Amino acid sequence: MDSITSAASVVAAGLAVGLGAIGPGIGQGTAAGGAVEGIARQPEAEGKIRGTLLLSLAFMEALTIYGLVVALVLLFANPFAG
Amino acid sequence: MVPLSLSLPFAELEVGQHLYWKIGGFQIHGQVFLSSWLVIGALLALVVAGTRNLERDPRGVQNLLEFIWGYLRDLARDQIGEKAYRDWLPFIGTLFLFIFVSNWGGALVPWKLIHLPSGELGAPTADINTTIALALLVSLAYFYAGLSRKGFRYFEYYVEPTPIMLPFKIVEDFTKPLSLSFRLFGNILADELVVAVLAFLVPLVVPLPAMFLGLFTSAIQALIFATLAAYYIGEAVHEEHH
Repeated sequence: MDSITSAASVVAAGLAVGLGAIGPGIGQGTAAGGAVEGIARQPEAEGKIRGTLLLSLAFMEALTIYGLVVALVLLFANPFAG
Repeated sequence: MVPLSLSLPFAELEVGQHLYWKIGGFQIHGQVFLSSWLVIGALLALVVAGTRNLERDPRGVQNLLEFIWGYLRDLARDQIGEKAYRDWLPFIGTLFLFIFVSNWGGALVPWKLIHLPSGELGAPTADINTTIALALLVSLAYFYAGLSRKGFRYFEYYVEPTPIMLPFKIVEDFTKPLSLSFRLFGNILADELVVAVLAFLVPLVVPLPAMFLGLFTSAIQALIFATLAAYYIGEAVHEEHH
């Protein structure tokens, strides 16, 4: 791999994870806030809310993981390595 | 492919190194096969041990199996619906159990003690080929479910509620397996990498919280995969009421 390609790949890998974490971060914050509000309003529904919250958090987490997969491909299986 | 290898006695970090087997014209990742056979064997042993002497009042392993069965039945029934869930419970249950035991097996079993000539044993689901195979199975399953239940009326689903949805629904058929496989693969590989990197920096105690988080996310990922598979099948067999 020539140095420009490897430098670009490393920067791109960092950006992929870093930028990919912003959106899900905001989304998870909103979801957790909503869940806390729901529990405060209706403490007896805590179990159900927790289950739904965990499931939806994992869905949002998947978005960051896509960024991570791209980063891992760039680092370990770079198609442009030549 | 640039194999990365940091050597340390307990925590060797290997990405992109495989134990290659050649079968026919295909090159396959042997370590994935070995660990998935172990997973399948463990599951079979558990089920056989639990169902050999069935009792009216379940005890021990039988009790555990009945609990798991009830849990999976509820999962499938919630997503697929009362009418069709019985046909698909074995498929959903197999997916859940295989993924769950693979994920936890990859995290809990000290695979490093078994030395391979190249690559290392680990969770079969940390290899993209496994997860893509599982995701494509889900795709086939929901097409089959829809076509067998509704015949060619299944394709009405693509133009409901309006024909404008057609391109989106077609793209969805491709993004469903893509996101299913990448989600599982990325999560499991990320867990392994985080633990490996932490163990490389500080070999004692410090990786423990990351390991527990890994166990937690692994279990959730198995649940998500099974839930989504059931949801897609449920979507395919669902009858619209006009």
